[in-house]
Amino acid sequence: MIARWAIASLFFACLIGLWQLAVNAQIWSPLLLPSPSSVFIYLWSALEDGTLWEATLVTVQRLLIGYGLGILIGLPLGLLTASFRWSQDTIGVLALGLQTLPSVCWVPLALLWFGQTESAMLFVVVMGTLWSLIIATDTGVRTIPPIYSRAARSMGSSGFHTWTHVILPAALPFLLSGMKQGWAFAWRSLMAAEIYVTILTGFGLGHLLHYGRELSAMDQVIGVMLVIVMIGLAVDKTLFAPVERFLHRRWGTARG
Amino acid sequence: MESQVSATDTVPTKLVLEHVSKWFRTSSLHVQALDDVTLRIAEGEFVCLVGPSGCGKSTLLNLIAGLDRADRGTVQADGQTISGPGPHRLMMFQEAALFPWLTVLGNVLFGLKLVKGLSASERREKAEYFLELVGLKRFMHSNVHELSGGMRQRVALARSLAPNPSVLLMDEPFGALDALTREQLYGDIQRIWSQHRKTIVFVTHNVREAVCLGDRVILFSPNPGRIREEFSIPLPRPRDINSVDLARYSTEITRVLKGYVQNEVAG
Repeated sequence: MIARWAIASLFFACLIGLWQLAVNAQIWSPLLLPSPSSVFIYLWSALEDGTLWEATLVTVQRLLIGYGLGILIGLPLGLLTASFRWSQDTIGVLALGLQTLPSVCWVPLALLWFGQTESAMLFVVVMGTLWSLIIATDTGVRTIPPIYSRAARSMGSSGFHTWTHVILPAALPFLLSGMKQGWAFAWRSLMAAEIYVTILTGFGLGHLLHYGRELSAMDQVIGVMLVIVMIGLAVDKTLFAPVERFLHRRWGTARG
Repeated sequence: MESQVSATDTVPTKLVLEHVSKWFRTSSLHVQALDDVTLRIAEGEFVCLVGPSGCGKSTLLNLIAGLDRADRGTVQADGQTISGPGPHRLMMFQEAALFPWLTVLGNVLFGLKLVKGLSASERREKAEYFLELVGLKRFMHSNVHELSGGMRQRVALARSLAPNPSVLLMDEPFGALDALTREQLYGDIQRIWSQHRKTIVFVTHNVREAVCLGDRVILFSPNPGRIREEFSIPLPRPRDINSVDLARYSTEITRVLKGYVQNEVAG
């Protein structure tokens, strides 16, 4: 465990070292490639005056609400498409098609429908999450060996009980990978929306990134990008990784 | 051949199947799985259904379990027509069909939680008792994937026994196990059966296994599934699968069975 930490720390220290070396070589203008320390100074000052903190809060809040809505709508719809042929032929096909649509493509539509509002942001995040979640749920439920529900039925389980106690837990590995994918799509689409669209109700990380570019403040651009990466990593490590570890242990699937 | 007398006439009849027929229809196929099957099984009896694959013996089990409906004829348990699955008739499958998202204990508790009127501590007590009975109590917190095939079937047996069903339906439960593990389980199942007196309907294509376990061995022939003959096995228990007496019965039954299979091929 300590060895793993050491290797990881060394790796990232080397990356920052290379970065510093590239800056020292003065091949590129410092306007295009700021030093690690100037990025750090930007992050520190942005934290101190509260802009970074506020922007992160705004963004994460949008993300969580949109993602939550996406799951709330996507999960039942996925169960539906897996259960009935008519819903597979309608909602299933719709989901399959819209899932291939890059979620950025929802931004213009969201703007025209909702204007520069919070709803537009949420809409884009929901669209990013929803379709992949429907498909993952559908696949998960379909992949369950039928013997599980037969065994459960034999023991007197039926209807809602079978769904909540057999189908959903059996599909859990698929649901989780669907939720991870949905999360990634939601994150991407929200960033795209924030970079494109200025709205008055909240100033998110994407906006910060956008204004970094407007002001040619490269330290800000790289700093905000780092924050975005950190949030992604943190969510993976704290939200998804524990569940994944549990699933691997229970199911006896290979450990990463 | 049509002798449908149960093993002992003084014991009440548990299961009655009368003139049961069942068809399976798919877009390209129309198969008759069972043709006019009539069968009575006494309470506490251990009946083995033997026949080549496709003779409808698993279908019959599904009908008794209530997982499927007969197209013709009646299937009754305790004088009541079977309308659906229930905790009085539990099914054990060839694969253990244990739930990988639950621990061993969780699996045994699954069926118990569907039995009404049990407190949490009673359920826990029962689950532990039956895990003890199959010799796996110390594995109760293990995950399913950590168990061997034989252990999994033992857990499945405990899971089926725990809700205290009066009928246990076993669909080739030992088919996927190695010979040594199987022999151990023959011992276990006989011991448990004699202690708890369940009515057991056991499907297998292994004649020796059927003779080792059953009070009666009922022979099926395929296409469509029909009862051809039945044999009483009056051997004392516990029976050893390797005993000579047992071999005599299984040789005889195998000979008869081969006759049906060959006729089938010829005709």
